[in-house]
Amino acid sequence: MIVFGHRIPMTGSLLLWALLWEIVGQLKLTILLPPLSRVVLRAFEIVPTETFLSAFAVTASAFVAGNLIAILVGVPLGILMGSSVVADRIFLPWVNLFLSAPLTALVPVIMVLFGLGQTTIILTVVLFAIWIIVLDTRAGVRSISPSLIEMAASFGAGRWQTFRKIYVWAALPEILAGIRLGVIRSVKGVIIGQLLVSIVGFGALFKLYGSRFLMEHFWAVLIVLFALAFALAEAFAWLERRVEFYAATRG
Amino acid sequence: MTALAHQFFTEPSPVTDCAVSVRNVGKVYAGVVTALENINVDFPRGQLTSLLGPSGCGKTTLLKIIAGLLPATSGEVLVNDLPVAGPGPERAFVFQDFALMPWANVLRNVAFGLEMRGIAKSEREEIARSHIAQVGLAGFEARYPHELSGGMRQRVGLARALAVNADVLLMDEPFSAVDEQIRRKFQEDLLTLIAREKRTFIFVTHSIEEAVYVSDRIVLLSARPGRIAQIIEPAIERGGDPDAIRRHPAYLDTVDAIWQSLKTYLE
Repeated sequence: MIVFGHRIPMTGSLLLWALLWEIVGQLKLTILLPPLSRVVLRAFEIVPTETFLSAFAVTASAFVAGNLIAILVGVPLGILMGSSVVADRIFLPWVNLFLSAPLTALVPVIMVLFGLGQTTIILTVVLFAIWIIVLDTRAGVRSISPSLIEMAASFGAGRWQTFRKIYVWAALPEILAGIRLGVIRSVKGVIIGQLLVSIVGFGALFKLYGSRFLMEHFWAVLIVLFALAFALAEAFAWLERRVEFYAATRG
Repeated sequence: MTALAHQFFTEPSPVTDCAVSVRNVGKVYAGVVTALENINVDFPRGQLTSLLGPSGCGKTTLLKIIAGLLPATSGEVLVNDLPVAGPGPERAFVFQDFALMPWANVLRNVAFGLEMRGIAKSEREEIARSHIAQVGLAGFEARYPHELSGGMRQRVGLARALAVNADVLLMDEPFSAVDEQIRRKFQEDLLTLIAREKRTFIFVTHSIEEAVYVSDRIVLLSARPGRIAQIIEPAIERGGDPDAIRRHPAYLDTVDAIWQSLKTYLE
């Protein structure tokens, strides 16, 4: 972006919006929007507290567990679908259906089946993350040069070796893209799950702050959460860029 | 055509010691497309035999059946008198598009066949290093395929096939993806390799010049469905100067005779 001949970095627009927020907040137009500076100060105050840390711990554990399950199930399923026409025919319609379905509506069903605890949250995370991982992995496998598979076979690689030594690595750029998108989606998943179950983690915090009109607290937690999700997505994007070189030179 | 250049190449002599024997092999794709029909051919041990023919004649299909990468619809392939049921350690394949793992360096790529055989890391890397040096890539062990030229990549593919010490080397148009000058150099290097290694080479190519230049024996396939049209042995002495071969009357006449024969399939 260039303004009056000066190059403004992308963060410039972020600063502009932050400034606008601060002004609107200082004008005390609505109780819903306290000034940004007070929100930031509140964030520093809240983060070290026991309430926040325990909410973070319970959320992070559900998040990590859910994503691990999504990856451990999604990647092999995607590889299976990408390499077997029969498996693809069986699973693809379902994967596409769930990818576009309003998953939030399914969370109550999980709640009925698995109760109001951590299991439900973890399954919600899986539900949000897994489909894009499956689809991206499948796309990655389908772009593998067939001669690479023949090469492995010609040197006597078995099914498991081909999976471990060829498929996973050859599809890695797409697998990482899928995981990155899955992670972003599962941030929504974990919060939606917690909000609906409403007694644990950040979901409980949001409910608490929201119902007591503690808007500074509310926004502070939200900003911290946004920052965490963004950092996580960027970390995966960085990983992805490291393996990108061979997505283009495959074959 | 036999009358035209009879003194320059001969009809095949009976094969006494064959490394690979193809018996009545046929291949039908998807139940409708006949790629190969009733192929009977022996590949003499320690020699280079080319499979030559127009595109779509099934020469690569035949090579992949020999490799055990594709099942034959009918007939059988014997390698060292044992029927082929799949890939085996006595055969190694060199791919047209190199088929290198882009995420692995040269050393790991060359050692891949040995890795699949469960050979310990230090041992397989030692073997790989010596083959990398042999194909002239010493010093490039830690490089990745995308950092190498096409010619260098195929040297890696060749080193990988040599490293597993197979009796039979199957080469699928190995030089077609590299440029002309490099290809001529490769062809010369291949002659040196054959002289040194004493292995059986089966070489697929669509280039008549290449086939005549490198082959002890040429199996001419007709257009689809692929059948054996003719087997010839170019009467060319390969001991001396590699450049002399390209000027040798037997070389030129054999190239011409094959061209006259293949031309009939192009109309």
